[in-house]
Amino acid sequence: MVKLTIDGIQFEAAAGAMVLDVARAHNIYIPTLCNHESVLPYGACRLCIVEITTKSGRKRLVTSCLYPVEEGLTVLTNSEKVAAHRKMLMQLLMARCPESEIVKELGQKLGVESTPFPSEDHHKCILCALCTRVCAEVVGVSAISLVNRGVEREMGIPFFENKDACIACGSCAYVCPTGAITLEDKGDTRIIHQPWDEMKFKMAKCKVCGRYWAPVKQIEYMAKKSGQPMEFFDKCTDCRN
Amino acid sequence: MKRLSSPIELEELRQSIVKSRDPKKTIVSICGGTGCTALGSGEVIKAFREELIKRDLADKIEVKVSGCRGFCQHGALVTIEPQSIFYQRVRTKDVIEIIESTLLKGQTVDRLLYHDPTVTGQFVHEEEVPFYAKQKRLILANSSKIDPKRIEDYIFFGGYGALAKALYNMKPDSIIEEIKASGLRGRGGGGFPTGRKWESTRKAQGDLKYVICNCDEGDPGAFMDRSLMEGNPHSVLEGMIIGAFAIGAQEGYIYVRHEYPLAVENATIALQQAEENGLLGDNILGSGFNFRVKVSRGGGAFVCGESTALMASLEGKVGEPRAKYIHTSDSGLWGRPSNLNNVETWANVPIIINNGAKWFSGIGTADSKGTKIFSLVGKVRNTGLVEVPMGITLREIIFDIGGGIQGNRKFKAVQTGGPSGGCIPEKLLDLPVDFDELTRVGSMMGSGAMIVTDEKNCMVDIAKYYIGFLKGELCGKCLPCREGVKRMNEILTRITEGNGKMEDIDLLEQIAATLTETSLCGLGQSAPNPVVSTLVHFRDEYEAHIKEKRCPAKVCKALITYNISEKCLNCGLCVKACPQGAITPVEKKKPVVLDQSKCIKCGSCLDACKLQMVEVK
Repeated sequence: MVKLTIDGIQFEAAAGAMVLDVARAHNIYIPTLCNHESVLPYGACRLCIVEITTKSGRKRLVTSCLYPVEEGLTVLTNSEKVAAHRKMLMQLLMARCPESEIVKELGQKLGVESTPFPSEDHHKCILCALCTRVCAEVVGVSAISLVNRGVEREMGIPFFENKDACIACGSCAYVCPTGAITLEDKGDTRIIHQPWDEMKFKMAKCKVCGRYWAPVKQIEYMAKKSGQPMEFFDKCTDCRN
Repeated sequence: MKRLSSPIELEELRQSIVKSRDPKKTIVSICGGTGCTALGSGEVIKAFREELIKRDLADKIEVKVSGCRGFCQHGALVTIEPQSIFYQRVRTKDVIEIIESTLLKGQTVDRLLYHDPTVTGQFVHEEEVPFYAKQKRLILANSSKIDPKRIEDYIFFGGYGALAKALYNMKPDSIIEEIKASGLRGRGGGGFPTGRKWESTRKAQGDLKYVICNCDEGDPGAFMDRSLMEGNPHSVLEGMIIGAFAIGAQEGYIYVRHEYPLAVENATIALQQAEENGLLGDNILGSGFNFRVKVSRGGGAFVCGESTALMASLEGKVGEPRAKYIHTSDSGLWGRPSNLNNVETWANVPIIINNGAKWFSGIGTADSKGTKIFSLVGKVRNTGLVEVPMGITLREIIFDIGGGIQGNRKFKAVQTGGPSGGCIPEKLLDLPVDFDELTRVGSMMGSGAMIVTDEKNCMVDIAKYYIGFLKGELCGKCLPCREGVKRMNEILTRITEGNGKMEDIDLLEQIAATLTETSLCGLGQSAPNPVVSTLVHFRDEYEAHIKEKRCPAKVCKALITYNISEKCLNCGLCVKACPQGAITPVEKKKPVVLDQSKCIKCGSCLDACKLQMVEVK
């Protein structure tokens, strides 16, 4: 266990824990957009910056999602410096995604209501990479990825046309904080609306209750992963017992 | 080939190479570096070889291809040994004359000798040429003497002697102490003390450790690492093997930029030759130390030069940086302790081991020791690769070595450190060049690119160029860098088009501060430097663009017009040169007429006019 101080209060935390997690465990608010409990911390949105002073006296800004606690660390989660840079980060974000509700809400919460930059109207995606990380780390298929570099970076499937690896599970839509990816089940079809296009997948029908309960590709993937025969998945989860 | 199994065998091999060479033999040594290759040295080499065979002289006169010699502006460079006659700007048409006059009669071909515009007389030997006279070539010393594809050449000059010394006369800890005492700092840009980095990696827990050579050079105008890897790959490799022994690493990687085919080729050949000679692989020089190295070609992105992005790329992942709160010395490549150094840093190692830390730390300033290689480019008269002792002033580099500004125009600024560096104005030219001094004035040493600008360069345009470069080269992972650089580019474009507002300057400064403080990696943190440094030193140019809608250097197209002087006599050259047909001759001996609505401000008329009748306003 290590002792550290966050906003003037001393806490004990397990070695190796990240500052963000410790703060949250003690109900200290630090804003984030790219952090999610089911994936590894990534450090893309930079909103979780905090001002730290190490035991040796070194002062700097770090992203709390990636900074491991250390003995004698002093953390300020909302110092003047932190607030000023968070404001700029929000202004950059608001110009990128002016229509995104979560960005607007966060802006209000942080007292940032307008941006000095011209608005871009074509995207909702903030490039937090939660979708691609969930797809890789949790689902294990890496059907989507971040493509291009520089300011051209965007999320996509290979060449924006090869959806072979996608199992239509919808985890990307579930985890997307801005609604840039959404999921819609329409009869025997699942539609995943992506920022660049939509992808359609066939749904499987439960042999007992007749409802379309899961995408065929996801069932195939589950069968392969679990070693269960395909017939096992003839019934939906409700009708299986 | 027999693998060497002791330092004695290495020395015996060296002696036999020395014995086999006649010091009086005539050697035509031709630079095979990329600069000279671009200027036709490949054809010159071929022409010499063919002509000497034709004249039945191939046995008596050796044609040798050397590494880069740095004086790239004057290539192709040819030296005649043993007299050390230095010829420059040699083309295939000169080959017969060199053979007939110099090789057969012993007379110099005066027109191929170097003539300096500022000094009278000609220079017969390389070391007399002003470009070389003020340099201190330690790292580059042998590039001009050895064929990088032949390990014998490297061994001839004592190559791998430092490795033998390190393996047999030193302990890993004493090597690290020696490097620490030498004061060597990382040459890739960061300037982190090399010995301390090695020590951290040595102390880190792990059965398997890596050493990595970063040859993913990508700064505009930079070619230090390229020339070194192309010209003397064994010196880099020897440094890596010594480092691996000191750190306790078993595997190494040389990460070379994919666009450097000659560097890839020469590094690959060097590895193979070192392995065949028992200098790499199992039981190196019979010491029981095993170490293997692989060459890996870069992933094609500038950001891959960042250490964590490079390691991700080596792992086969997208080259994106990660936070370095946990150091790569503890968890780097494949999560194992890894020590990454730049090409030039590695090449310093054998020199320090051979000559001792005390000798090495006698060169340079209080906190920056040794020499530094710079690629001196831009508006300077002698562009090329220079190696200078730390602490030399910028003025000496630009004016004494570089020969001053082309066309006797006025110096404006020197951009050091590439896209991460800043512009240094004339008033700071007497600044001693070292890591801390350059950082203090808002620039940085960086990897060593030095771009000289003159009065015809617009500093807002220069800042826009670097931000534009980064816009396409940053990885896009973190918000401040991706969105901030995009907005800076937008604002700079606006200013250069005459649509800027004074508030834009404040906004640039605010974005810059956030980028520096909150970006994920060094690229983002240093990205605003070109903007910040030009704002500090050339704020008047920004203000002229914004307040007066005027580009003082007459570069920004939206703010200038081309005009024909009333004294124009209608020679017709500009009429022919104009790609838009915007210039019409009206009357004989009377000025031509330029239609501003058709003019695209390409400057062709200005270049074509021999009487300076085209004015830019």
